[in-house]
Amino acid sequence: MAKYIIKRVAISLVTIWAIITITFILMHSVPGNPFRSESKMPPGVYENLLKKYGLDKPLPEQYTIYLKRLLKGDFGESMKSRVETVNDMINRGFPVSAYLGLQALIIALCFGPALGVIAALNQNKWPDYLSMVIAILGISVPSFIMGTIFIQFLARNISWLPIAGWGTFAHTILPSLALAMMPLAYIARLMRSSMLEILGQDYIKTAKSKGISKSAVVLKHAVRNAILPIVSVLGTLVSNLLVGSFVVEKIFGIPGLGMSFVSSISNRDYTLIMGTTIFYAIILIVMLLLVDIAYVFVDPRIKLTKEGR
Amino acid sequence: MENILEIKDLKISFKTFFGEVEAVRGINFDVGKKETVAIVGESGCGKSVTANSIMQLLPMPPAFFKGGEILFNGENLLNKTEKEMQKIRGNKISMVFQDPMTSLNPTMRIGDQIVEGLKKHRKLTAKEAEKKAIEMLELVSVPQPEKRVKQYPHEFSGGMRQRVMIALAMVCTPELLIADEPTTALDVTVQAQILDLMKKLQDKLDMSIILITHDLGVVADMSDRIVVMYAGQIVESGLTDDIFKNPHHPYTKRLLASVPSLDMSKDEPLHAIDGTPPDLYIPPKGCAFYDRCDRALKICKDYMPESTQHSDTHCSSCWLNHPMAQKVNGTERREA
Repeated sequence: MAKYIIKRVAISLVTIWAIITITFILMHSVPGNPFRSESKMPPGVYENLLKKYGLDKPLPEQYTIYLKRLLKGDFGESMKSRVETVNDMINRGFPVSAYLGLQALIIALCFGPALGVIAALNQNKWPDYLSMVIAILGISVPSFIMGTIFIQFLARNISWLPIAGWGTFAHTILPSLALAMMPLAYIARLMRSSMLEILGQDYIKTAKSKGISKSAVVLKHAVRNAILPIVSVLGTLVSNLLVGSFVVEKIFGIPGLGMSFVSSISNRDYTLIMGTTIFYAIILIVMLLLVDIAYVFVDPRIKLTKEGR
Repeated sequence: MENILEIKDLKISFKTFFGEVEAVRGINFDVGKKETVAIVGESGCGKSVTANSIMQLLPMPPAFFKGGEILFNGENLLNKTEKEMQKIRGNKISMVFQDPMTSLNPTMRIGDQIVEGLKKHRKLTAKEAEKKAIEMLELVSVPQPEKRVKQYPHEFSGGMRQRVMIALAMVCTPELLIADEPTTALDVTVQAQILDLMKKLQDKLDMSIILITHDLGVVADMSDRIVVMYAGQIVESGLTDDIFKNPHHPYTKRLLASVPSLDMSKDEPLHAIDGTPPDLYIPPKGCAFYDRCDRALKICKDYMPESTQHSDTHCSSCWLNHPMAQKVNGTERREA
C-alpha cells in the first residue's frame, strides 16, 4: 500500500504541474492584465506596476520565476489586495470555508443516505415520494435561492438565527444548511438507486433466509453494499464543499475562500487565480487519493498493490 | 411415514400491471421425514415460487396467497407473523439458492455469513461462532477451513461457494432443506460433488430435502419421490421409479424422452417439446398441456383433468388415465 501511495503522489505532482502550466497559459492568453482596466492611471505608474509584479518580462521567464517561488511554498503577492499576500488570503479564508464545508458535509452525510434508504425501502409509497421531492428540490433549487429562503423564514420571520455574518456557531447554521442541500439531495438519490439495486440481489434473499431481523438485513447486508457508490463521489463532493461556495459566502457575508476564488478572476488577479486554482487542485487530488484508499476498507474485493494499476 | 411438510391446495398469484398471474394453481404434496422430494418442471412452471413460498420469501406484494395451507410439523406457516417466521427461517427450514456467485454477500467474511443465522437462533459468543464456522466448512469439505473462514466470497470458486451456501443452510441443523436448483450454475463434475455432499449431510443430520430442478439426471440419483409441475399445477407425482419407469402423463413422458442419451447417434435430432407453456395471465380452462400434447382429447380443452391414482404412491392428472377414458380412447382423439 505504501508503494501505491508513493506512486500516486508522484503522479499527482505531475498532474499539478500540468494544471499550473495550463492555467498559466490560459490566464495570460486572455487579453488585458490586472492593471489595464484602471484607465485613469498615468502611463508611468502603469509601467512601474508592471515592473513591480514582473509582468514586463517575457512570459517564459515569468513562468520560471513563478515556479521557483511556488517550490518554496510562496504563492506570491496579490495584485489587487495591497495588505495581504495570496498565502495570507488562503490561510484566512480556507479555515472558514473548510469549517462551513465540513459542517455541511456532516449534514449531508447524516441525512442524505438515510433519506435514500427510507425511499428505497418504501419504493413507490409516500415516504419514497416525499424523499424524492426533497431530493429534487435540493438538486434543482440553486443555493442562493435556498439561502435567501432560509434567511427569510428562519432569520427574519422568526429570528432564531442571525441573518448573515461570521463569528459564532449560530452564524454557521444557515449557510451550512444552504451549502448542504445539494450534496444531501445528490447522495439521497444515489443511495436510493443503489439500495434498490442491492435489495434485488440474491444475497439479500440469502440473508433473509437465515431468519435474521429485517433491520439486520437492511443494515448489515444492504446498506453496507449500497454505500460503495457514495464513497466514490465523496472525493469531488468533499473538495467542493471544503473550498467553499462563492454564492453562499456572498449571501451570508462570510469571509471564506470561495469569495476570493471568484473575485480573483474578475479582477484578473494573476497570482490569486494561480494560488486558488493550485490550492483547489491539491485538495481535490488529496481527496481522490483518500477515497481510493478508503475503498480498500469498505470493499474487500479491492486491493491496492503495486501491480494493481 | 410421518410428514414434516404438507402443502394443501396452495394457490399463489402475482399482481402485475397487466393483471393477475396465477403462478401456482392449487398444488398438493407432502414431504416425509428424511425424505427427498424433487420438484421438476420447466422454467416458469411455479417450482421456485412454491419453494420460496414455504420460506415466505416471496416479495409481497406483488405476490399473494390466494388459498391453501403450508403445514410444517402440523402448523400452518401462512398464519405465522413475520417474527414467528424469522424463528423458523434458517433454523427449522433453510434454503440453498441457484447461483452461488451472487448468493453470498461480497463485503462480508465467509465465516460471519455462515454463523449469522446461528448467532441469532442459538445466541453464541463470537469465539464459539467462529469455531462453529470452521466446523461447518470442514463438514462441507472446504480445505483449510481456519484460513477460509476469514476470506471473502470473491476468493472462492463457484463450487466452493455452493459448499459455503450449504454450510450456511445447515448450520442450525434444519429439519427441512429447500434446494432451489442448487447445481444449475455449476460444472457437471462439480454438480456431482455437490449432490454427493447434500446426500451425505442428509444422512448425517436426518433432514428432509425439497430439491427443485429442471435436470432429470440430478433427480434420478437424489430423490425418493418426484413431483412434476406444469403451468402452476402438479401433473404427476410418484416414487422416483414410478416416474422414470412408468410415467403416465404425456408431459412426463415427453420430458423423459427429451433427455439426451449417450447411445443416441449423431444424426438423431434431440427431442424437444414443441410450443410454449400457456400464459398464466389467462390460465386455460382445461388441461394446461392441451396445446402441446399430441394425444389430447376434446375434453382436455374445456375440462380440468381429475387426478387418477395409479398406486398408493403414484398419481397423475390426465384424462387419458381417467378410468372412464378407456372407452372413448381412439374415437374422440383430436386431430393432432
